[in-house]
Amino acid sequence: MTQDEHKEGVKGMVNPRRYGIERVAYLMMRLSGLGLLAYFIGHIYETSNILRGQVGWDEFMDLISGTEGHIVMSIVIAMCVFHTVNGVRVMLGHGGVGVGTPARPDYPYDPASQNYRHKIGIYSAIVLAAFAMMYGLAVMFGE
Amino acid sequence: MAQVSSMSDGQSSTMKSITLKISRFNPEHDESSQFMEFNVNYEKWTTVLEAILDVKKHFDHSVAVRYSCRQATCGSCGMIINGKPRLACFTKISELDSNVVTVEPMNNFPVIRDLAVKFERLFDTHQKIKPYLIRDDTELESDQKEFLQTPEEVEQYIQFANCIKCGLCNSACPTMATDSSFVGPQALAQAYRYVADSRDKGKDSRLKVIDDSHGIWRCHFAGSCSQVCPKGVDPAMGIQLLRGYMLGFRD
Repeated sequence: MTQDEHKEGVKGMVNPRRYGIERVAYLMMRLSGLGLLAYFIGHIYETSNILRGQVGWDEFMDLISGTEGHIVMSIVIAMCVFHTVNGVRVMLGHGGVGVGTPARPDYPYDPASQNYRHKIGIYSAIVLAAFAMMYGLAVMFGE
Repeated sequence: MAQVSSMSDGQSSTMKSITLKISRFNPEHDESSQFMEFNVNYEKWTTVLEAILDVKKHFDHSVAVRYSCRQATCGSCGMIINGKPRLACFTKISELDSNVVTVEPMNNFPVIRDLAVKFERLFDTHQKIKPYLIRDDTELESDQKEFLQTPEEVEQYIQFANCIKCGLCNSACPTMATDSSFVGPQALAQAYRYVADSRDKGKDSRLKVIDDSHGIWRCHFAGSCSQVCPKGVDPAMGIQLLRGYMLGFRD
């Protein structure tokens, strides 16, 4: 990044602290998307172990059935739920649903597109992801 | 290059002081930007722009800053104030609730010097979306009446006509932070402003311009543009409504 362009770069893009919960959701959406992509690739590798026969398959299943494997899986569950719920919110927004109606703005100019419906959607995605993660942990670690 | 200066003459009883940190950068001879510090007195109504102009008047006249109207109308004095893009003339120091006020040039704009940035790209992208009414006939001919609109039709776009092209939205946008070719929230919101205008007949040509890999599809609805807009334009809303046209949800 050159001083000529004076771009904020990735550091600015991933900084979630300045612009409210919407920017946090933006960052989490990107991170969970990348995480799920990584999981998808890992999943293909994981299932391809069947080609090594019963022994190879069992070895790999032992690897992912440990504590670390369960924690990774619980994070995958959380990412999946957040990405799905927030994705529905964003897709509706992209179609112009729930972003408010154009009108003459009044001071202090609270943006109508950042309304309570979208905030509820973001917080719902976070809460549901947390619940799903805890449920997953409870199931995987048993009783 | 840090420097501490203070101004105490003519101090009234209601005056307080802050440290004003100004980013200094001259591309002709500096490798990177550095901050200069000044102690500046302020009243509760003092704006950041007034503080910068005090510094220019009393300490260092070489500080480069662009400004004009001092009333949030011209859009000249956009800068990063305590980490967020704001208009310096529209930001009171007392509102910042900090003893240190840091001012830097807007992100995602090339720096001319210190706090002054180049607007060429913003104006280019603004021009690219054809910011004028497109139609075959004209209201300028003597036997023609003006193009009438109902109040409801005006409401559809008047909010977006408030844009003063200050560039704060482009500075806050996370896509602009990494994509040099992105058309940006300012131009996209203006595209919506004309597409939504019932007098305009150029919707298809405008949508064609923004239907690009660096166009509207790179907006991910982070909403930061709307949060920093000093005129209530709400570019995020305009962009999503515009995308509604492209996806066929709107006519």
